[in-house]
Amino acid sequence: MNETSSVWDLLIGPFAEFAFMRRALVSTLALAVSAAPLGVFLTLRRMSLLGDALTHAVLPGVALGFMLFGLSLPAMALGGVVSGLLVAAIAGVVSRATALKEDASLAAMYLLALAVGVTMISRQGSQLDLLHILFGSALGVDEQGLLLVAGVASVSVLTLAVFYRGFVLETFDPSFLAAAAVSKGSRPWVWQQLFLMLVVINLVAGFQTLGTLMAVGLMMLPAVSARLWHESLPAQLFNASVQAAIAGVAGLLLSYHLDTPSGPTIIGCAGVLYLLSLLVSPGGWLPQILKRPHRVA
Amino acid sequence: MITVDNLTVSYRQHPALHHISGRFAPGSLTAVIGPNGSGKSTLLKSIMGLVKPSGGRIQVQAARQRIAFLPQLSEIDRSFPMLVQDAVLLGAWGALGAFGGVDSAWLARAQAAIQAVGLQGFEARPVGTLSSGQFQRVLFARLIVQDADLVLLDEPFAALDSRTTESLLTLIHQWHAQGRTVVAVLHDDAQVQAHFEHTVLLARELVAWGPTVQVLTEAHLQRARLLAEAWDDQAELCHADELPTGAA
Repeated sequence: MNETSSVWDLLIGPFAEFAFMRRALVSTLALAVSAAPLGVFLTLRRMSLLGDALTHAVLPGVALGFMLFGLSLPAMALGGVVSGLLVAAIAGVVSRATALKEDASLAAMYLLALAVGVTMISRQGSQLDLLHILFGSALGVDEQGLLLVAGVASVSVLTLAVFYRGFVLETFDPSFLAAAAVSKGSRPWVWQQLFLMLVVINLVAGFQTLGTLMAVGLMMLPAVSARLWHESLPAQLFNASVQAAIAGVAGLLLSYHLDTPSGPTIIGCAGVLYLLSLLVSPGGWLPQILKRPHRVA
Repeated sequence: MITVDNLTVSYRQHPALHHISGRFAPGSLTAVIGPNGSGKSTLLKSIMGLVKPSGGRIQVQAARQRIAFLPQLSEIDRSFPMLVQDAVLLGAWGALGAFGGVDSAWLARAQAAIQAVGLQGFEARPVGTLSSGQFQRVLFARLIVQDADLVLLDEPFAALDSRTTESLLTLIHQWHAQGRTVVAVLHDDAQVQAHFEHTVLLARELVAWGPTVQVLTEAHLQRARLLAEAWDDQAELCHADELPTGAA
């Protein structure tokens, strides 16, 4: 076997040969481009754990869709989006109307949602179904799933681009936005709800490809790593997408060759990139211990 | 410009501001002072409409989008990857909103504002690399870009060195000279005496409101200190609003 053909077999062959690998590749890349930048915004809001909370919030809706229509993707996706948004909206209302902060009211809501979701699933489905919903499989993405992921990614990226200024301002200086909003008679929380909506639809798209729990990984891990590399936001957003895409491709290939589950393998690859970033990025560990000479000014 | 009419704001039934009345004249330069917890920030937030009065009301005679508010420094995360120029340009938000285009005129305004606060050369620096004094200058540059008729400043000089404070005070005097109405929450009595014509002395109740020389008297300050200490969990409910007309 010559070298070109073995490289082909390792890197290209699986995608060229199998349609399910191509679908997995496209959906993972789409998700990488749309979800990872949202993760950067979440870390900037110090809400890195929000994605986790929202995956749990999505569960009752997914379960309801599953109970009513079986393993139907549109039903479970729609259910997931609705329950995720409902939890985010109720948590938002509670934090505006009471003394509770956003994170506290969200924690309360998602735990309730999780309890409801698990109860529903355990009454109706078998363990196997639960595992499928929670951990998904990129290799099982059908055409319908692909359309869902691609559609969500397109909407999400376009929305982020169009409303970018508002999202940045709301994250950087919410009290300035609030003051300006009062002056104009508009509602500042609309920005937050819109942003949370993007997070929810990305997580729901991700549950098909990676599983609800792993979807958060592709959103957050590259985002956290990206923050170590750059001092400007656009660079961080771009870096996060690139890292997520690399993790996606590498993870799919590894899971193919080593016969491991695709979702965890992809997240594992993102984890390796995270470790590398921790070590060698400008904000990482090595540059801090290498005593580089300083400038005169 | 601003008329405060029998304003009460309370948190969990305890008043942070208790039956305050007074008026900020158009073009006036007023300091708001008082002990910790005397309701200074609450007064500014009520003027902005960020907290709801539990009694009384505030009338502001200014186009709502012509009001600028500088909250306390602690509310902003300075590790945010934001460049100085972009942070200053955010002052255009009121005029441009989420979608308006930033043209060369706005860039020139931002540049002029950056120069006015003495930060030329820092345009492309991330705000995270600035000292707190430099960052406060960025926020003042943003206020300049906002070009507001009414400027509300909440402890704008907290933790700043005297040189930065002096140069920002100069800016405030310029705004005053341009006919803008400025209200600033401050701590330093000497500074208030030297730079502000009018003063509001709060201790949850209104202690005094008027020309600075008449407000900053030992008797008034003494009374403010006494009032500030009188937080009582078991205090009776206030019935001032139920008394016959004009009693508040």
